[in-house]
Parts: sequence; structure tokens; C-alpha cells
Amino acid sequence: MVVQIFSLLLHSQNFSQSLIHYSMDLIKIAEQNLIPVKETPDFKAGDTVTVFYKIIEGNKEREQQYQGVVLQRKGSGATQTFTVRKISNGVGVERIFPLYSPKITKIEVNKRGVVRRARIFYLRNISGKAARIEEKIVKTSDKKAK
Amino acid sequence: MSGIIGKKIGMTSMFNAEGKNIACTVIEAGPCVVTQVKSVETDGYDAVQLAFDDKKEKHTTKAMQGHFAKVNSPFKRKVVEFRNFTTEVKPGDVVKVDICPEGEFCDVVGTSKGKGFQGVVKRHNFAGVGGATHGQHNRMRATGSMGASSFPSRVLPGKRMTGHMGNDQVKIVNLQILKVMPEQNLLILKGAVPGAKGSYIKVEF
Repeated sequence: MVVQIFSLLLHSQNFSQSLIHYSMDLIKIAEQNLIPVKETPDFKAGDTVTVFYKIIEGNKEREQQYQGVVLQRKGSGATQTFTVRKISNGVGVERIFPLYSPKITKIEVNKRGVVRRARIFYLRNISGKAARIEEKIVKTSDKKAK
Repeated sequence: MSGIIGKKIGMTSMFNAEGKNIACTVIEAGPCVVTQVKSVETDGYDAVQLAFDDKKEKHTTKAMQGHFAKVNSPFKRKVVEFRNFTTEVKPGDVVKVDICPEGEFCDVVGTSKGKGFQGVVKRHNFAGVGGATHGQHNRMRATGSMGASSFPSRVLPGKRMTGHMGNDQVKIVNLQILKVMPEQNLLILKGAVPGAKGSYIKVEF
């Protein structure tokens, strides 16, 4: 058992934390085995993203796009999700996507927004001009670094 | 039937072949030591006794120390008996998680989380008294009628009332074994299992 825990620690990234919660790390290890590693872009609440996801119609599979503002990112590890809100024909629509869903083929970040909160639910109560989000000015040097 | 002892680690989710998100429980199962094999001739019934999770000598009674010494095993915290164990084992053998058949269905026995002394609404799903108005006061979650009046003039046995809830043995049947990870001794089951994180469970398949 001790040897086993030690080997788990070697594989885990967060050494000091795993000493305290070794059971949490077993979950992380399980998740690594359950969810295929997938690159996702770095985005947060306030950003405008386009999600490309596969839908099955009968026996045909096609790709659809969903563009909107990210309201929140929720959860951690394999169970992480994010909520995207858009206004469709004057009606607010929100969709929750699991970040590591195999149905998501691509996530494109269109715009970085300036917001002061991690969860911008106040967006639901405002519309039109008030619901605009200021765009973050990304320096060219930062872009190069990425 | 065969089985293994495990420890509930927690829950997470994974995606199946259709891309659906399914909730699953992570269990640290085994390695278990076979501490005794009972037979009809010697004990009156057939069973295999497994032991799981190390513990220190100072926490082990002398009687159990002797029991573990018989099979040259380190002292174990949880000892569980399995009836009708189909896998051939002898005392001292180690049962590992790789005996679990991936994709097959198993039953899980655990101890549910204790809820303490609870009222009838939580304990037996009573509806409580309908509303707060019409002269009602202080009895929104009350039991209501205890039964008929002058006949039988008593409360019938088995009437569901308030009392201690949880901390019971619970068996969940037909949970699918989604994945077996022999290197980490992990078992991934579809759905939830009874008990708190870190509690011991018995997996039968």
C-alpha cells in the first residue's frame, strides 16, 4: 500500500497536495485513464467562443457551430463544463458543454472580454447595448509568446 | 459468484462510445489476502474469507494477529466472507482486481451514510401537512394520522415513524463494471455505490 501510494505520488503533478489527499489523486489517475487527453484553448468567463460539435441526425453525423459568450467554467478535472450564452432570434439560449466531450471537435476563441467576475450571470438580466462586453486588448508581444 | 473488497474513492464521469457522459464511481479494490477457506465438512458451509487494507500491529487484537499469522499475511483492517466463491483459491493467495470481468455486471454491498434521527418527510418520503394556511401551525412536516380511531384504538405495528436513518447495510444490484485498472488496483463502476468516501464495500460478481 505504501509503495503504491508512493508510485502514485511520482506520477501526480501536485506532490505536496497529494500527500494530504491521496484519494483525490486516485480519482485524477482514474480520470487520466478514462478521458483521452485533449488540448483545449485557454478561455474564461466573458470570452466569446465558437464551439464546433458533432450531432447525429438519424444515421448521419454532421458538425454544428455554436457561438456565444462564456458565462462560467465549472468543475475540475474530467468533469469540467462551461456554459455558453447567445441570443438566438431575440431569445437568450444557454448551453452547457462538458469540456472534454468527444463530440466537441474544436473550441475557437473569437474575442477576449474584460469582466470582473468568474461567473457573469448578470448578463442574463441585461440586453442590447448594456450586454456588450469590452474587448480585452492583447498586446502583440503576448500573442507571440502564445 | 466471486468478489473482492474495495474502498470507495469518489465519483467522476466518463464518456461512452456514443459520446454520452456517464457518472461512475472509482473504487480501490484489493489486493485482498485469502485468510480462510471454509468448507461444508469443517464449518458447515462453503465460503472464502478475504482481508483488505493494512493496519498496524498495535491496532490488531491478539486473536486476529494469530489469524493473519496462519496465512503469513500482514494485518488487515477489513475481513469479509464470500459465499459460493467460484474462483479456486487457497489460504494465503492474493486476490487482485484483475479477477473482475470488464463490461459485466456486479452487486455492491456497503454501509449507507448516517443521517441521524430524522423525521418522516425525509425518512419515509411523507408529504407533510399540505400547506401553511387554514389554521396550520408548527406542523408542516408532521406525520399526520396514526391510523383509525376507536377500532383498533392503538397504533398498528410497523407504522412508519421518525427515527434513526442511514448507516444501514445497502446492496445495489447490477452495476456495470466499466473499467478495470490492474496497475493502480482501481475499479470503475457505472453509477453510485452506498456509503461515504473511504468506506469499505463488498463487490460481488
